[in-house]
Amino acid sequence: MSELTLFLIRFAYLAILWIFVLSAVSVIRSDMFGARVPETARGAAPARGKSKAKAPTKRRGSPTHLIVIEGDNTGARAELADAPLLIGRGSDAAIKLDDDYVSTRHARVAASGDEWFVEDLGSTNGTYVGSVRITQPTTIGLGIQVRIGKTILELRK
Amino acid sequence: MSQSGTLMGFVHRRRRGAELFLLLIALVVGIGAYAAVGLGVEGTIPTDIVAYGGWLAALVVAAHIAVRLVAPYADPVLLPLVAALNGLGLAVIHRLDLAYEAAGKDNHTFATQQLTWMTLGVLLFIATLVLLRDHRTLQRLTYTSGLAGIALLLLPFLPVIGGQKNGAYIWIYVAGFSFQPGEVAKVLLVVAFAGYLVLHRDALALAGRRVLFVDLPRGRDLGPILAMFGVSMMILVLQNDLGSSLLFFGLFLVMLYVATERPGWLIVGGLLFGAGALAAYTFVGNVQNRFNFWLHPMDYYESSPGSYQPVEAMFGMGWGGLIGRGFGEGMPERIIYAESDYIIAAIGEELGLTAVMAVILCYGLIVERALRIALISRDGFGKLLAVGFASIVALQVFVVIGGVTGLIPLTGLTTPFLSYGGSSLVANWVIIALLVRISDHARRPIPRMTDVNDDSDSESTQVVRLR
Repeated sequence: MSELTLFLIRFAYLAILWIFVLSAVSVIRSDMFGARVPETARGAAPARGKSKAKAPTKRRGSPTHLIVIEGDNTGARAELADAPLLIGRGSDAAIKLDDDYVSTRHARVAASGDEWFVEDLGSTNGTYVGSVRITQPTTIGLGIQVRIGKTILELRK
Repeated sequence: MSQSGTLMGFVHRRRRGAELFLLLIALVVGIGAYAAVGLGVEGTIPTDIVAYGGWLAALVVAAHIAVRLVAPYADPVLLPLVAALNGLGLAVIHRLDLAYEAAGKDNHTFATQQLTWMTLGVLLFIATLVLLRDHRTLQRLTYTSGLAGIALLLLPFLPVIGGQKNGAYIWIYVAGFSFQPGEVAKVLLVVAFAGYLVLHRDALALAGRRVLFVDLPRGRDLGPILAMFGVSMMILVLQNDLGSSLLFFGLFLVMLYVATERPGWLIVGGLLFGAGALAAYTFVGNVQNRFNFWLHPMDYYESSPGSYQPVEAMFGMGWGGLIGRGFGEGMPERIIYAESDYIIAAIGEELGLTAVMAVILCYGLIVERALRIALISRDGFGKLLAVGFASIVALQVFVVIGGVTGLIPLTGLTTPFLSYGGSSLVANWVIIALLVRISDHARRPIPRMTDVNDDSDSESTQVVRLR
């Protein structure tokens, strides 16, 4: 193996190493500046008021209200047309619960597209869908039980 | 510390294609180095290059597919960086194996063992991603993992499985395998610190009094920091392991500072560490030696615990110069432990400063990505976890490369992903898996929600605005 070939190999290898580093940098760069701006973020402020009207379109079989099926306030309900709904012990809640294990602003139910989500608002005792404590907005459907403190709610038609 | 993913108002793309593209170049880096070693040392491309390259490619593609399936929004750069560093490390270790074989040493199968460990590391990477779908479940294990971490650190003192090697009690020997439990302990301790600090950061940050422009923490909050100081001093004095001691204490200080935003902790911790280092310098002979070898390397070149190793490394790096001698043209085997602690010197000798800079840049990018993940992560636990892993990589790279190049006194630590060393490699792959998992959560777009109420009545709790 001649001296020159070895030299070229060494040089080629260093070039490959730096090509790798530079392409990693360029991917990071495009990741920072080339990101897609979502529809909602464009003109976020003016779109806010409008988005409220975007409750799911009424269809047969889609839920119409949220009702308490177990706990001290059994029977309390709120219409989904007023969404997003706040659930908690506070006076501004759409469903006001008299349950010691519920936080003042405990959870909320809101719509995204055709789906309904429940989201925990940093409550002390957590929000459960089925038996799982939720950590991020979670889809709920008809008849799926959401447990908040000692109270159980669900979506009904 | 709550909302920031949408702060800049954009949604991250998945970038899986970019990851695959980078992985292909990373494979070229790894396999190219292997071929260059064969050409330089033996004059031909090694005959097993297809099998070797195929195995490396299979590992990398398996990891990529796992990310695609279970963490589709993960950061696209982390995995390729790690794959490239690991591939380069394997090739350099293989080159040292060839040199050891030629010199007639017994141990010349480091590269094969390292490839086995890498396989295990990638399997653990995939398993972590598949089993751990949400890093926040780790928060439940705060105290368990803290206890397990300390127990692992104590394992080398047990009579049967523990033992010392080169004067340091950091190894355990089980069924013919040797393992450094401290490497696993550092992952567990990051989880424990993050879980602890995310709950107690208010008490640590807000209580306390101000002395001479510095907010000093309350006495009772000093408990954990003193405990951690005790643990790291225990590592230093009992295990005789300067590097890990520095790593653990530095890690804890960085996480404390990030969690509380209070420079007072840095001052208290810095003073504690200074006092500890001074005590160690006075009472532990080993530490004194390290300082002397660092300040006057040439004076101790021929003495028996001497500076032969760092001086040979400096000779090698000096001989390598800007673009190195080329694979097979240098003599990195002269450095003792060139395949583990001193691998950066071997790279400096045969590939030169150009390659060392590229390697350091790769580490810099890993740290940058980890801190970036911490910035965009939506939960405090994930933020602290990512910061902890970033500071582990940063501290470890600084301590070991700084030690090898003579910037600071040498302390034995492995260079992440490059050095020969199974426990370190496996633990680092798990760290990357956890970072990938956190980044997947941080970059995943949140479902669109409508606001609770637009009138902000300030008497009640503030609702975290998602959009």
